[in-house]
Amino acid sequence: MANTNFEKYKSDGSLGGNLLEWVDARFPVTALWKGHLSEYYAPKNFNFWYFFGSLALLVLVIQIVTGIFLVMHYKPDASLNAAGIPVAFASVEYIMRDVPWGWLVRYMHSTGASAFFIVVYLHMFRGMLYGSYRKPRELIWVFGVLIFLMLMAEAFFGYLLPWGQMSFWGAQVIVNLFSAIPLIGEPLSIWVRGDFVIGDATLNRFFSFHVIAIPLVLVGLVVAHLMALHEVGSNNPDGVEIKNKKDEKGIPLDGIPFHPYYTVKDIVGVVVFLMVFSVVVFFTPEGGGYFLEYNNFFPADPLKTPPHIAPVWYFTPYYSVLRAMVWNFFGVDAKFWGVVGMGASVLVFAFLPWLDRSPVKSIRYRGPIYKSFLTAFVICFFVLGYLGTQPPSYWGEKVSQVCTVIYFAFFLLMPWYSKIDKYKPEPERVTWK
Amino acid sequence: MRKLKTLLAALLIAPTLAFAAGASLHLDQAPDVSGDKAALQNGAKLFVNYCLTCHGASQLRYNKLLDLGLTEQQIKDNLMFAANKLGEQMTVALRPADAKKWFGVAPPDLSLVARARASADGSGADWLYTYLRSFYRDDKRPTGWNNVIFANVGMPHILYELQGEQVLGPDHKLTLAVPGKLSPAEYDAQVRDLVGFLVWMGEPTAGLRKQLGIAVLLFLSILLVLSYALKKEYWKDIH
Amino acid sequence: MSNQQKVDCGRRRLIVATAAVGGVGALAVLVPFVSTMLPSERAKAAGAPVEVDISKLEPGQMLTVEWRGKPVWIVNRTQAMLDTLPQLNGEVADPQSDRQQQPEYCKNQHRSIKPEILVAVGICTHLGCSPSSKFKPGVDEGMTPDWKGGFLCPCHGSTFDLAGRVFKAKPAPTNLEIPLHMYLSDTRILIGEDKKGA
Repeated sequence: MANTNFEKYKSDGSLGGNLLEWVDARFPVTALWKGHLSEYYAPKNFNFWYFFGSLALLVLVIQIVTGIFLVMHYKPDASLNAAGIPVAFASVEYIMRDVPWGWLVRYMHSTGASAFFIVVYLHMFRGMLYGSYRKPRELIWVFGVLIFLMLMAEAFFGYLLPWGQMSFWGAQVIVNLFSAIPLIGEPLSIWVRGDFVIGDATLNRFFSFHVIAIPLVLVGLVVAHLMALHEVGSNNPDGVEIKNKKDEKGIPLDGIPFHPYYTVKDIVGVVVFLMVFSVVVFFTPEGGGYFLEYNNFFPADPLKTPPHIAPVWYFTPYYSVLRAMVWNFFGVDAKFWGVVGMGASVLVFAFLPWLDRSPVKSIRYRGPIYKSFLTAFVICFFVLGYLGTQPPSYWGEKVSQVCTVIYFAFFLLMPWYSKIDKYKPEPERVTWK
Repeated sequence: MRKLKTLLAALLIAPTLAFAAGASLHLDQAPDVSGDKAALQNGAKLFVNYCLTCHGASQLRYNKLLDLGLTEQQIKDNLMFAANKLGEQMTVALRPADAKKWFGVAPPDLSLVARARASADGSGADWLYTYLRSFYRDDKRPTGWNNVIFANVGMPHILYELQGEQVLGPDHKLTLAVPGKLSPAEYDAQVRDLVGFLVWMGEPTAGLRKQLGIAVLLFLSILLVLSYALKKEYWKDIH
Repeated sequence: MSNQQKVDCGRRRLIVATAAVGGVGALAVLVPFVSTMLPSERAKAAGAPVEVDISKLEPGQMLTVEWRGKPVWIVNRTQAMLDTLPQLNGEVADPQSDRQQQPEYCKNQHRSIKPEILVAVGICTHLGCSPSSKFKPGVDEGMTPDWKGGFLCPCHGSTFDLAGRVFKAKPAPTNLEIPLHMYLSDTRILIGEDKKGA
């Protein structure tokens, strides 16, 4: 979609015009503006689900900006201060109380973390509903899965920083997962921690990853995600290619310039999002114990495990998959298979473009089998997520095993059921109003 | 599609219901005194007199108490025994290492206790309100005290002069064996104020946060109306 | 055509209104972010006025207290020390303390509220070293024979008299700073605040 042969800007003789002409001759201002906004043609039938891409970008910006200001005051230091409280923990409370407006910046960042996952999950679900990962958009999807992986890493590293009980024990459990790998596991987990338990060394390296390494990769991947998108153009709720029907100027008949039409539309989405975001930040920043876990208001204590450790809500579906694996296969510990299952439950998303063999992209034209599988998958995702917040139990384990099977069946059986499923013919043009 | 949406909504609500059903501790609901400055001032006084000897509130500065309507002079005269400057934090003279040696476990800093004690069973305030009213005589404990919701608690009943002595009956009900200086109703009111102060201390900016939230939402609603009108205006073009 | 213009007019008005309200919002968001970089409550507490008890400060002695992370000297000057000050008016760069290095109430010969008690920030006005006291006249403390007592900055050799006035032709450009201060009682000084509540 991205046209690179834009004419260079010609000045109208005004001072601003001359300046723009000078810059445009040296830097592709016009080409960038036109190629990505004013002459990037997006399908006109985007619906509610299409807000979450731009919102994910917004949350990324919120996290980066609030993060920059938090780093000015936060101290990654596990040693105890004069009052016997870890310096890192105290520095977060210092931000909350002593830094002017620090509480607002911190709540924006902590709420932003959960908001990021909500928005990204909805964005991914949109892709699944309308087959946005299908040819020629496979790379957009793969970049997206990589972004999601990086986001999980970013959230995991960041969650250690407040150095509360949940930070500490959550990191302890997850890092110990590495020890499940045969032979190299134990030395590997010690290397990751830089200590025999989660300690000051771990806190400092997690801080480095959280504020420098992962954000750099994340931003790079977001750029790649958008470049790939603008190369092939956006999909839409009907899953038909708008580029197949063009007018005499080569503009898709069902395409409209992203700017101004989708900028003004996305602004509405942004304002609605900010309202929901503000409700959480200002009225329930703890998110009922899901966004800021209550136990994390206790400073980290390496000698006392809290009675019940659960990961933050956005990790719980995969954590349930981990716990569902209780059998030793091929003489290897169940612990190892749990880690494999958990990794696979995330990575399997990346293979969607090649698993889906349906002749149509959008859920609107798919048959009952796909719809049933997708519904079952979504239910299992939620059930797994819920069970991951709960202490282990007999029935919890059984249910999570069933859900894990369905979760993977959705992906692994897709080549079969998506092919034999009934489907409705796709329209020639997008449906509109 | 619609069915899917209903299902999603049901799934989102289900966990919260299940969570509520799984509650294990019965907590009494703490009365809310967040808007009552006199109660919070009384709570501050109780905190300084009874708690601050062993427990610090190291995240709180004395001058923050100005927000409770106290004057600098009142704070200096009535509440500041361990510090010289109003800007100092409410720390304990007791060193954490010594405390650990003497009590077996260092008395925790209470700056955030009201936030940390929240759980699926109730708010942190509910927990504290129940806890401070649930001490009973137990000669098997080194301190002579135990607590219904915090088994084998390390802290003796600091407020026993006020409440008196409770005993735990075979029916797991607490009865007042020796009355204290205050009637049960008066004691509950004192605990209510103290808990109110602990909640305030957990996040002194909470009041400002909520007020600001209303302003922000009002502002955003105006922006919503305008941006929606702008969107409508542009999308008239699209046929 | 006229219809088209009317539409554009309405659209323009909406753009301006939305942009204006959105801009106000963006500016409002800027306030908390910029404010986080102001001194925190901790910094303010550390920088709060310091109360000093000088009842045990003997004549000829000096004590140093910390205020806003800087050393503040309090010198109880003897009559002999005070007598050196008028003699040096010709040798110091700013004898009448014309430059704003002190509150108005210390713009006098002895640069202090009570003549004998000097309160000064012990930071050389050249590049921020802390000068050392050389109270003994003459060569006893490694100074020149005509030295009448004062302070020497070890970094670049600036010298100050017993009122913190800098000698001529030295690297330091101005006299030592006298901080805001007030007497709470005869023997208690509050440094960092005066009666005006600055």
